Amino acid sequence: MLGQIAYALPFLAQGFAVTLWVSLLVVLLSLVAGVMMGVGLVYGPAPLRWAVRIFSDTIRGIPILVLIFFVYYGLPAVGLHLESFWAAVLALTLFKTAQVIEYLRGAVGSIPKGQSEAAMAIGLTFRQRLAYVIFPQAFRRFLPPWINGVTDAVKGSALVSLLGITDLMHAINQVIGRTYEAMPLYILGAVIYFAVNYALSLASRRLERRFSFIRE
Amino acid sequence: MPIAPPATPALLDVSEVSKSFGSVAVLRSVSLQVTRGEVVTVIGPSGSGKTTLLRCVNFLESYDSGSIRIDGREVGFRETGTRQRRSERDLAKMRAETGMVFQSFNLFPHLTAAGNIMLGLRKVRGKSSTEARAIAEHWLGRVGLAHKADSLPAELSGGQQQRVGIARAVAMEPKILLLDEITSALDPELVGEVLEVVRSLAEDGMTMVMVTHEMAFARDASSRIIFMADGGVSAAGPPAEILGAEIENERLRSFLARFRASHF
Repeated sequence: MLGQIAYALPFLAQGFAVTLWVSLLVVLLSLVAGVMMGVGLVYGPAPLRWAVRIFSDTIRGIPILVLIFFVYYGLPAVGLHLESFWAAVLALTLFKTAQVIEYLRGAVGSIPKGQSEAAMAIGLTFRQRLAYVIFPQAFRRFLPPWINGVTDAVKGSALVSLLGITDLMHAINQVIGRTYEAMPLYILGAVIYFAVNYALSLASRRLERRFSFIRE
Repeated sequence: MPIAPPATPALLDVSEVSKSFGSVAVLRSVSLQVTRGEVVTVIGPSGSGKTTLLRCVNFLESYDSGSIRIDGREVGFRETGTRQRRSERDLAKMRAETGMVFQSFNLFPHLTAAGNIMLGLRKVRGKSSTEARAIAEHWLGRVGLAHKADSLPAELSGGQQQRVGIARAVAMEPKILLLDEITSALDPELVGEVLEVVRSLAEDGMTMVMVTHEMAFARDASSRIIFMADGGVSAAGPPAEILGAEIENERLRSFLARFRASHF
């Protein structure tokens, strides 16, 4: 049994690499898109605020699995054909983006209005106010939910196996299909997912401590 | 009737400024001129528009009509063509010409006392880190906090925080300093140290407009007192006249009577 699993390890490692790659893409893309849209939601003109609000509420109201199938099987109907990999990345990114928007809104919204005003009063432009006054303070509040979200993204990436993408989850299922050793392989998979997420949580806690000197 | 131009052109020229929040008129055609080196105190009951007026001067609030000029330049709106808000970059430049000190200090909690002062010097005035640090230390010395340069705001008392707030504003060398009830959030025993700093700035010739409830200080330190009521300037004149014994203005008289009743 162990021999069979050892034999499958390189294959599982490839799957794991895909899992990490999907997670990384989703996390980075959603961070950029979510922060930009979140700033639009907090500071933008009314039409932009509504657009972001509708986007976020809609996406968060849809199960992530439905979103994945919608992008992969639904969008071709309107002429958008995506490879299964990119369809999965897009769907997960949309989902994650909606969450990042809310983390950002919460974090930035917790900064008292006087901070922006004091920054305006010394002549800082909008971008400078965000960069030097608002974001450094909001960061500490943004971080914990965001890291939680990152671990969700790693776990959620297992759903891409449903589009036939050979990520860690799919690789495990394929090995089980050959070896019928369900229990040890699922345990192995669980341990790997856990190790990644636990490492992230530790990093998060360390970062939070580093920024805890900011008191209001 | 033609009006003769004033002998000294006003540094701050507020002309017929009106503003409403929804259906509530907070400023009704307010006009006010402040010349260089003057210390003007604005008093009046709460809701009379004092703070709003101050916030309009550096365009933290927009105004519906009228004009506010500092050194001849319109603060919030473009001077050509139709009334159009200045660009973000332009507004930032205009705001850098005025300093503002807030009732609630509004220090940046993630930066040290020196860091609070250096931010504007570096990012707005383009000073090097060394230059900015030297200027920050100079001003911290002026407000008696040279030894607190590397303290975070949370480690300072209210009075110390407000003195850093003043240092942050004046280090930018503004043309005019706006003080918005800067001692109202302080414990009584800390008020003196902050007013002392303001007094020394006044002696240096800093042009200031302040909103305050410290009547004794207003009488001593200001060159002129403006009494606002219901969004308009109800009375204006030298302290001796406004806070003096014979007051004809009915509203001012009742304001001062109520004020004295609650403070003495």
